[in-house]
Amino acid sequence: MEALYLLIPISTVLVFLAIWVFVRASDSGQFEDMVGPALRILQDDDSVAPAVGKDKQN
Amino acid sequence: MNAASTPIDGDCFHCGLPLPAEAAEQRWSVRIGQVLEAMCCPGCAAVAQTIVDNGCADYYTTRTAFSSRIDGDGLVPPELRLYDDADSCRQFARAFENSAESGEPLLEASFALEGIRCAACAWLIERQLARLPGLQLFNLNVATERLQVRWNPAQCKPSDILQALHQIGYSAYPFDAARQGEQLRRAAKRLFRQTFIAGLCMMQVMMYAAPAYFAAAGSIEHDQLQLMRWASLLLTLPVLCYSAQPFLRGAWIGLKLHRFGMDLPVAIGIVAAFSGSAIATLRGAGEVYFDTVTMFVFLLLCSRYLELAARRKAASTLERLQHALPDCATRLSDYPHSMHGDLVAATKLAAGDVLLVKPGEVIPADGILLSGGGSIDVSLLSGESRPLPCAAGAALPGGAVNCGQAIVLRVTQAVHDSTLSALLKLAEQAAQAKPRISQWADQVAAWFVAALLLCALLAFCAWQWLEPSRAWPIAIAVLVVSCPCALSLATPSALAAATDRLLRSGVLVVQAHVLETLHRSTYVIFDKTGTLTKGKPVLRGVEAYDHSMGERYLQIAAAMETCSAHPLGAAIVQGAGATLDQTSVLRAEAICETAGQGMQAMVDGVIYRLGSASFVAQLAAVPMPAMAPQDAAMTPVFLGQAGSWLARFDLADAIRADARQTIAYFQSCGKQVILLSGDDWKMAQQVARELQMDGAYGEYLPAQKLALVQDLQRRGEVVAMVGDGINDAAVLGAADVSFAMGAGAALAQIHADTVLMTDRLSAISDSAKLGEKTMRVIRQNLAWASIYNLLAIPAAALGLLNPWLSAVGMSLSSALVVLNALRLRNKI
Repeated sequence: MEALYLLIPISTVLVFLAIWVFVRASDSGQFEDMVGPALRILQDDDSVAPAVGKDKQN
Repeated sequence: MNAASTPIDGDCFHCGLPLPAEAAEQRWSVRIGQVLEAMCCPGCAAVAQTIVDNGCADYYTTRTAFSSRIDGDGLVPPELRLYDDADSCRQFARAFENSAESGEPLLEASFALEGIRCAACAWLIERQLARLPGLQLFNLNVATERLQVRWNPAQCKPSDILQALHQIGYSAYPFDAARQGEQLRRAAKRLFRQTFIAGLCMMQVMMYAAPAYFAAAGSIEHDQLQLMRWASLLLTLPVLCYSAQPFLRGAWIGLKLHRFGMDLPVAIGIVAAFSGSAIATLRGAGEVYFDTVTMFVFLLLCSRYLELAARRKAASTLERLQHALPDCATRLSDYPHSMHGDLVAATKLAAGDVLLVKPGEVIPADGILLSGGGSIDVSLLSGESRPLPCAAGAALPGGAVNCGQAIVLRVTQAVHDSTLSALLKLAEQAAQAKPRISQWADQVAAWFVAALLLCALLAFCAWQWLEPSRAWPIAIAVLVVSCPCALSLATPSALAAATDRLLRSGVLVVQAHVLETLHRSTYVIFDKTGTLTKGKPVLRGVEAYDHSMGERYLQIAAAMETCSAHPLGAAIVQGAGATLDQTSVLRAEAICETAGQGMQAMVDGVIYRLGSASFVAQLAAVPMPAMAPQDAAMTPVFLGQAGSWLARFDLADAIRADARQTIAYFQSCGKQVILLSGDDWKMAQQVARELQMDGAYGEYLPAQKLALVQDLQRRGEVVAMVGDGINDAAVLGAADVSFAMGAGAALAQIHADTVLMTDRLSAISDSAKLGEKTMRVIRQNLAWASIYNLLAIPAAALGLLNPWLSAVGMSLSSALVVLNALRLRNKI
């Protein structure tokens, strides 16, 4: 059971790492919109829109 | 395309609405793909053309719902430029501190979007925005319909962004971050983070605690045990320092105010358990309760998060309030001499300005009518469903809708002093003076906490004298085993579960005390228009002087009213539509509407007049013949031709089908049900009689309604109020518990404790039934908690319980309480 002396500290560090990742993700707005990304993933067309025809902005 | 967005031949390809007669000649059509598709109006055609030209025609193949239709109430392009000037820009945009690389100042703002109907809309908007130069970042949040943008003011103006969105058919307006909705959003974000971290640490700490529970004493090496304890301590630190913030801060504030609140026992329990466990860890001997601490914090945060999520949903309608008063107005600077108007921001209007308000527009500020007009719809302000006639010299309130011809008025008060703003202030005042109903829970908690601390102290002192080594563990055991969960968890979690259940059936509970207070209430007050009635006039009866011709007269009247925007006209058309057969469609020509009186038109070569008695009398020129007596509750509309009276149409606002049932339920619970309305007395009494209510009051102004409610409260009654329309907002705030119908004005929804998003009045009786069950569950929980505490605390004080057992007991007790509360999620 000597492995515990290594594993327990590692797991503690991992949890703190997980907390850090979560806080970063939350800061960047990952959890704001739960609906949008699910819809966006279904769109097939990822091409950039060409400026066809009409003029842009005045 | 699926069935939901497959256009039928007679409908507009873009918005799905039926094509009107003019569009049938294919004057407005757009080539999409290889097919020439018909459009219903120039607006839809322009949007469709823009979409095709931008190479986004795929939008029509991937959309799952019809697009929204922008008509008059969206922002028209010239008005968008008002957002460009520095003053208004500063109001909604703020500077974004970017890195020093580009060195150019960027501006950042949020816009609220309207018109998003499906996933394809999000794609379309993002593609459109990607083409704008100078737009550095845009972030569309589909769930909240909010667009966050960052732009370079040198290359791009706010009006460019709004214009681009307008071109593809979406209206947007700047969103003020200081609003209440934004604060709730930030609070929800913080609470979510706290809950997540508490949950994460709780799971890990429990993993470390499991060996200690299951192993026989002494079978784990001391070193390994210490390691696990240290790990648990490190993992509990984030929970204590970050996740437990709400409780620690609440307890601290309570202490400063010399009040024992419910946060205090929670905070003391957490801190005592943690410090005892920390000491035990440092000393290397004794029990640790880190798992108890983390689990406790996590459970409490979960129930708080559920409540907050419901409140956020309710507060999102607050942003719609911005549309109650328009942002801009047409000012006639040179009035008597010319009708040339300038577009100005509504906030810049001053007393003495002359404004032009077109038919259908909202009047921006209080003023006196100079010319034009004829009738205004004040339903937003007074809840009255009938439009009011107005003549030159009449005072017009800001917020009223112009139902007649174009109005020229002189402003009497600046916008922030208008009637609407005053009502807003009244509503805010009343909301702050709301009676605190949860005081009894606080008081019981205060006594409980005091008793508990005393008990722990006594136990500590007693054992210190008897056997010093056991003193501290026993004191900890007493503090830990006592489950303030009955007060901290039982009531909030039962209410949260019930709130969630109600939300799924369309009732949005904003304040947690609603169910409890509704259960206790003795008086239930209903508003009339829009609450007990549907808020739309309906044709109730046709009295023809020549009985066989009733049908024909109705068709004639409907033909005259088809192009009218009047609510009563719409009711006649609808009433006729139900009985009309498609073969005999009449057309009215030479339509001439006299505001406030009626209209005159020629049908099949004969001139008819439809309107008030005096108006028709002018054409008929004979006295009105006697006929069936007129019901005081109905609005009569007369039809006549030269030389004779033809018919009388009775219109009334239909009473909801489930109104009687709801009122009967409340009466069976022993509550008094009364009607309080701003409409006239006779109508109020009529409705009350029909629904067998206990009382009726009519023609009450908002201040009088408020006085009545406060009078009842002074007499010791608990008042529940159901209302609609802005004029109810102050009363809704003052009542002990309030309900607002979802179709009503946004303001009333915010100051009410509950919003009925479904159109059913019976949702209120459903809430009351659920409230009864909730109270029962709460009582069960309290009973269990009392028994548990009465048994467990003495046992711990006497040394019968070791702290390990206390922790398990406390955790099981709280789990039991929460599970019992969760039963409510599936009840009726």
